[in-house]
Amino acid sequence: MAVDTTGQSVAKAAGDTVARGRSRGTGKRRSTRKRSFATHWYAWAMVAPVVVVIGVIIGYPLVRGIYLSFTDANERNVARSIGVNQIPATYEFVGVDNYVDALTGSQFLGTLVWTVVWTVACVSITFALGLGLANLLNRRIAGRSVYRTLLILPWAVPGFVSVFAWRFLFDERRGLLNEILTGGGLSAVPWLNDPTVAKLAVIAVNVWLGVPFMMVALLGGLQSIPGELYEAAEMDGANAWQRFRNITMPGLSSVSTTVILLSTIWTFNMFPVIFLLTRGGPGEATQILVTQAYKFSFEISPRDFAQSSTWGVLILVLLMVFAAIYRRVLRKQGEVW
Amino acid sequence: MRRGIAATALVAALGVTLAACGGSDSGSNGGGSKGSGELSGTVTWWDTSTVGSEDKVFKKIAEDFTKKHPKVTVKYVNVPFGEAQNKFKNAAQSGSGAPDVIRSEVAWTPEFADLGYLAPLDGTTALKNADDFLDQAAASTKYNGKTYAVPQVIDSMGIFYNKKIFKEAGVEVPKSIAELKTVSATIKEKTGKTGLYLRGDDPYWFLSFLYGEGGDLVDAEKKTVTIDGEPGVKALKVVKDLVDSKTAITDATNGWDNMQAAFKDGKVAMMINGPWAVADTYAGKEFADKANLGIAPVPAGTGGQGAPQGGHNLAVYAGSKNLDASYAFAEYMTSVETQTAIAKELSLLPTRESVYIKPDVATNEMIAFFKPVVEKSVERPWIPEGGSLFEPVKVEYTKVLTGQTTPEAGAKAIGESYRKLLKDWK
Repeated sequence: MAVDTTGQSVAKAAGDTVARGRSRGTGKRRSTRKRSFATHWYAWAMVAPVVVVIGVIIGYPLVRGIYLSFTDANERNVARSIGVNQIPATYEFVGVDNYVDALTGSQFLGTLVWTVVWTVACVSITFALGLGLANLLNRRIAGRSVYRTLLILPWAVPGFVSVFAWRFLFDERRGLLNEILTGGGLSAVPWLNDPTVAKLAVIAVNVWLGVPFMMVALLGGLQSIPGELYEAAEMDGANAWQRFRNITMPGLSSVSTTVILLSTIWTFNMFPVIFLLTRGGPGEATQILVTQAYKFSFEISPRDFAQSSTWGVLILVLLMVFAAIYRRVLRKQGEVW
Repeated sequence: MRRGIAATALVAALGVTLAACGGSDSGSNGGGSKGSGELSGTVTWWDTSTVGSEDKVFKKIAEDFTKKHPKVTVKYVNVPFGEAQNKFKNAAQSGSGAPDVIRSEVAWTPEFADLGYLAPLDGTTALKNADDFLDQAAASTKYNGKTYAVPQVIDSMGIFYNKKIFKEAGVEVPKSIAELKTVSATIKEKTGKTGLYLRGDDPYWFLSFLYGEGGDLVDAEKKTVTIDGEPGVKALKVVKDLVDSKTAITDATNGWDNMQAAFKDGKVAMMINGPWAVADTYAGKEFADKANLGIAPVPAGTGGQGAPQGGHNLAVYAGSKNLDASYAFAEYMTSVETQTAIAKELSLLPTRESVYIKPDVATNEMIAFFKPVVEKSVERPWIPEGGSLFEPVKVEYTKVLTGQTTPEAGAKAIGESYRKLLKDWK
């Protein structure tokens, strides 16, 4: 009770100042918002810590990154504190120069092309394999739970551990894969030493890592499709393909749109696979946008923070544009997302 | 009443958040030397020596510092050589987590000093008997007229070869690139083994081929970029040809491990390497009898013969909370006594003239070989950008070896990135 009375009086007082201040036109909506704030102020207060934490750990780096992308900041001109010596920052604002350089140079566009190829290849192969496996495991087959457990295994192992394991398998001279090939009388494959083969190798590893997630998500979707639909379709004489096309696919559409979106964003920014497997090599053949941005910031010398943040902001923009277009296309098709 | 609870919860929640943010201030190295002159506290040392062979020896010697200064604790950390440069710069810039003493490669030293990360050592206890240091070794520790590091080891490169395989094939050690190719062909024919392992993922191993064609990365005196000149292109052609003609095998990743494994298991007859690989190589099964390891100067190209002068210094972090103990530690690790022990156990080359005449050192075959090689080795430019020159070469060198670009385009690309890096250079 007490809450309501005080709340109203606060709202009134606040409403007055607003009316006296700026435009009256929005006064009405404003006062309702104020009233809702007055009524639910404790709800706002409860989310405040979360907002503060998110503001600190996401908001600040984001704003700082965007700011740096408009400067010429690098290792030599940023503020440094070495013991008692405080060296102040001397970098300058350079406007959109970094963006112009990135978008007109060949390096960003070249890397972008490979990043898109990598993302499309990984997501489509992962989705196809995940869908196939989910369908297999949705049937009543002997030892189903064992298969399910085994197929989830790549997901259960920490990513960097499995990527390191793959790195050892792929090693051209001492790796298991080539030992098997040469043992069988075939010639050894330069898995990570040839640009084209290395591209295929990184895609293969990412698919291997990504399939369990797809499979589990799609299996959940499959199990939510009522069995009666299949029975009715069978009664009507629909064959397996028709049942898949007309029941399974529409039934899975809401799950698949979500997992495809998530998987695309994850794959686009899949740092560990590229970095730990090839470090972007040989040369820069497998370098995707995030690993290249990391390289600018941490591997080259002098470390170029401005260029790195420029690439980071461009990655963010690209993914936001992708998500917006994706959502619009789905809405046109009548999907609720 | 309800409001009271909500407000309390809010305050509590905020309190927790703030506590979480404000906590954990970098691990400080408390202590330090006080009045009486006795050193105390902790000295953290980042070593970059080869893991599995050299690191054990260095750890033991470093920790023996406590015997001289019982109140000082030495914290030995081995940071992989490939990561140390950036890891140190990250830690040093933010001022948290940086070591007190770092084993700084010769090319990194001017760069760290230029960025303000290193404590000047002139007039401190770190530099003792500085006249005893070889001039070549001391050159890399100086920047803008001050001394920022103490030379720890000096090195260069040579051909390591497996004497047994050479005997089996009935060949002599090649003195030029042309001979290297014919010798490798004979080895392949007679023993089925590959001639050379060429390190393809680290441009340092490319330098001797570049010097062999009479080229260099840059000419620091004339402030000119020279890598994209004719010798640079020719050198890239030479290494590409070594791989294409199957004289050499190479890798674009994991080169160090593969090189050492291939050579230690007797799968290749030769590798180009430096003293830092000696201890690790002796651990291989082919070299259980140490006499099987032969060593010779790097092969000459069409424009000369030469190997890079390298080595490591010990530098003290300017933000160290324990400078006095760090100076003493740097002095201890580079003293005649310590260098003699390291030379004896690891065949690493001392930086002090007076160590070479010690009996254990004078009779060491590896040191006896490398001493004149180092004296003739090519000195690298000691400029702040020295540590930045390798990354562009690394990318293009690997691209050339894997056929993604031509030697001409590769050399040109390196030149372009150098001119961006070195403002106002020709």
